[in-house]
Amino acid sequence: MTPIASIEQLAESYDLLVVGAGPAGLSAAARAAELGLSVLLADENPAPGGQIYRAVTTSPVKNRAILGDDYWRGADIVARFERSQATYAARCTVWSIGPDETAAGSFELGLSLDGKARIIGAKQVILATGAQERPFPIPGWTLPGVMTAGAAQIALKSAGAIPSGRTVIAGCGPLLYLLAGQLAAAGCQIAAVLDTTPSANWSKALGAIPDFLRSPYLAKGLKLMLAARRKLRFVSGVTGLTATGEGKLASVQFEQEGRTGTIACDTLLLHQGVIPSVNFSNAAGCAHDFDGKQHAWVPRVDAWFASTVPGIAIAGDGAGIGGAESAALCGEIAALGTASRLGKLNEAERDRQAAPIRTELDKRLRGRRFLDLLYKPAPQFLAPPKDETIVCRCEEVTAGQVRDAAKRLGVTGPNQMKAFLRCGMGPCQGRLCGPTVVELIAETRGTTPAETGYYRLRPPVKPVTLAELAALPQTEASVKAVVR
Amino acid sequence: MTKDRRNADVIVIGGGIHGCSTALHCAMRRLSVILIEKDHAGRHASGVNAGGVRQLARHVAEIPLSNASMALWHDIADLIDDDCGFTSDGQVLVAEDEADLEGCRARVADLTLRGFHHEELIDAKELREIVPAVSETCPGGVISRRDGAAIPLRATQAFKRKAESLGATIREGVRVTKVEKDGSNWRVVTDAGAFLAPRIVNAAGAWADRIAADLGEPVPLEVIAPMLMITAPLPAFIKPVVILRGRKLSFKQFGNGTVLIGGGHLGTPLRDENVTLLDWRKLAISAGTVWDLFPIMRGAPIVRAWAGIEARMPDDLPVFGRSARHEGVYHQFGFSAHGFQLGPGAGAVMAEIIATGRSNVPIDGLGIARFTTTH
Amino acid sequence: MFRPIADLAASGELSFTFDGRPMTARAGDTVAAALLTNGVVACRETPVSDTPRAPYCLMGVCFDCLVVIDGIGNRQGCLVPLAEGMRIETQHGRRHFTEASE
Repeated sequence: MTPIASIEQLAESYDLLVVGAGPAGLSAAARAAELGLSVLLADENPAPGGQIYRAVTTSPVKNRAILGDDYWRGADIVARFERSQATYAARCTVWSIGPDETAAGSFELGLSLDGKARIIGAKQVILATGAQERPFPIPGWTLPGVMTAGAAQIALKSAGAIPSGRTVIAGCGPLLYLLAGQLAAAGCQIAAVLDTTPSANWSKALGAIPDFLRSPYLAKGLKLMLAARRKLRFVSGVTGLTATGEGKLASVQFEQEGRTGTIACDTLLLHQGVIPSVNFSNAAGCAHDFDGKQHAWVPRVDAWFASTVPGIAIAGDGAGIGGAESAALCGEIAALGTASRLGKLNEAERDRQAAPIRTELDKRLRGRRFLDLLYKPAPQFLAPPKDETIVCRCEEVTAGQVRDAAKRLGVTGPNQMKAFLRCGMGPCQGRLCGPTVVELIAETRGTTPAETGYYRLRPPVKPVTLAELAALPQTEASVKAVVR
Repeated sequence: MTKDRRNADVIVIGGGIHGCSTALHCAMRRLSVILIEKDHAGRHASGVNAGGVRQLARHVAEIPLSNASMALWHDIADLIDDDCGFTSDGQVLVAEDEADLEGCRARVADLTLRGFHHEELIDAKELREIVPAVSETCPGGVISRRDGAAIPLRATQAFKRKAESLGATIREGVRVTKVEKDGSNWRVVTDAGAFLAPRIVNAAGAWADRIAADLGEPVPLEVIAPMLMITAPLPAFIKPVVILRGRKLSFKQFGNGTVLIGGGHLGTPLRDENVTLLDWRKLAISAGTVWDLFPIMRGAPIVRAWAGIEARMPDDLPVFGRSARHEGVYHQFGFSAHGFQLGPGAGAVMAEIIATGRSNVPIDGLGIARFTTTH
Repeated sequence: MFRPIADLAASGELSFTFDGRPMTARAGDTVAAALLTNGVVACRETPVSDTPRAPYCLMGVCFDCLVVIDGIGNRQGCLVPLAEGMRIETQHGRRHFTEASE
């Protein structure tokens, strides 16, 4: 593996550019390089691993039991990538993608590293930008002291740090129990775990239990849940949450079957599942559908994870939540598809290599449906009922404002909503408000998220400074093209 | 019920600001109107432009329409029950060197001769008073003090809503496939059935050439995708909108601190897919222009870029007025990336022409005949 | 707000300042982590209402960890590795202009 220290070191173009160094990106890059493609893996973080394997090569945590074996397995994926001939650009943000007008079917991507930008060519692209936390808008969620469960995991993995005071963990989903266990093992003072899993979901998930019982999740999940419940104060069936404090978090109020409670705390960690990060795939023009099972927008991909834009594949959680191990397998399959499209591999050989990976992948995905059904958030956590709840954190737009615009002005979708309220126009580009805005519009208009649509995103997928853009190296052809 | 109406006095094709304004003004004159829009009102150029409400630097042939429109902008809330975010801090054309400034001088002199006084020459001192952050090397420029900016999608949809409240039938998501004569009427065929009216207005923006071709009046319309970028909020440092004479730049800071950078560098439009592709190397040139002119902006983060689908005519002038071939057909398209400010007034003038046969506002040189009578 | 757990691998210590106050953190920490382990409650105030905000996601998604680093604002603290001698400042409301352009 060739590490890149400055943007000038990048080649003008590569066979394959992989965006994101999580399990899917690492596996895709390694497999593609092993198949003889020239590969660049670009990732905005300082070290490989994405989120789930964050800091797996640099973590200062010595006691391996705290983070658990599943986490440390990520080191093998990194090691394989490091043995490959791929090029790796860390701290490198990929901010745009578009067709290369000089090479039909190929792409040009805008990259930035250390304040300098360049446009790099790639014949094929694999987006492996993974997942993000599903937004969890409750009153007071913007207070300092309220963070995501993922943030606490990142702090633990990469800095060996845990919340220092009284901590409340709230939400639903397997990660909740995992985090509670990890933090407790690390010595964090967990005042309570507030579980918002709707009790009605158990009966809905019953139908998917047979598969779940045959899946690897059962043993893992049960163990985590039992361990967490044994040691910690657990409150189930929580139907409402409010974070309160002046200038910073001081307490959490919760509602549960008609009764309310208040817990003084310094840190509140929220989590209600993860959803695909669609900003890049959306900006690239890939088609997305609203997946009712995952209750999230998911890019449309085929059996090789090729998107609706020829030449762009999407691997890992970014193409549908399947977990870390599935992500690695998807990355391999996407790489095989890419190599075959570039003529490095005939289809028979491609299929032969993919077969055992697909078998493994099917095993991993079995049982996900149960998790999707069980942990689908209750409506009030998708579309916050209290009008004063901030929905767009960047522009400070409230749920009430969105409902009002949908009702009074007849705004039918999030793109028009943007123009009226500015939600989605801040630097996060709708990552934290998009899903909620869609739910609120759908609820107000009596329709569904699928019918409401999502933001129409454009590059830059992450902000790029005027200075970087102004200094972008120009080609002769582009200088001529401007004259008209 | 008006929603199901198939016949009207006027059918307007296209729901940009021009179509919506014409629909409103026809409704104000008690004409029954059906507006047909293939996406939603303001989906294209009208909804995604820089929002410049500008008289500055217009071709002389457009100035009368622009004047009529500016009067409406300054009382826009009275007209359409929405202030559209309209602010008026003037627009300034910055001369980058003496040659530029000489060109400015000549322009202002020419306008004065013609009786137009909205553009004033300003010297280096006044330029720096009005635009303190501009580079010290700029020797002066031209200001149009009543100019400003508004929020394009909001304005377009406000026109639509007001038209609807006065009885206009708005059909969105309906695409016109053909226009043909049917006795004394025009039959507008769509994917949701046919509509009939004795008068039709072709306000179909970047798709208007197809309507015109259907009518036997083909025009050399070019589809373009002018690109824009916007920054994160910055401390307030500029009030008026700034444009340049020599290089492509339009530059505006909103009340919330974000700065919009436009100017007309072109991306690639795919008009049948409602898609535009950005050209980052050209955006880099825009960025370079801002770098030169406003050093204070150099570290500004660009958080979004986009491009709309617009129509450009070879002479950069719109096609406005009666058809050259048919009774009852009117054209209102081809505004070549500077039609937003003209919308309110153009709709008023068009409705006047439709209702009374004429208008006092001169529109010479804008007719479709200039493209169709060259053989 | 956050504290390092016991039993961490040895690492160098980096000195930096936050709003002029001297602080230290582990080599390898991001700017956001370094602020959190030093008890910094809020790292910025929003441009819309000057409301205090702190890092929320630590993975580059929320943009609530924006700080000024060595005179350059709008830096996502969770993506920038801490360096010796860094001058970090609260990002007040709208972004500062860079030193380079002032």
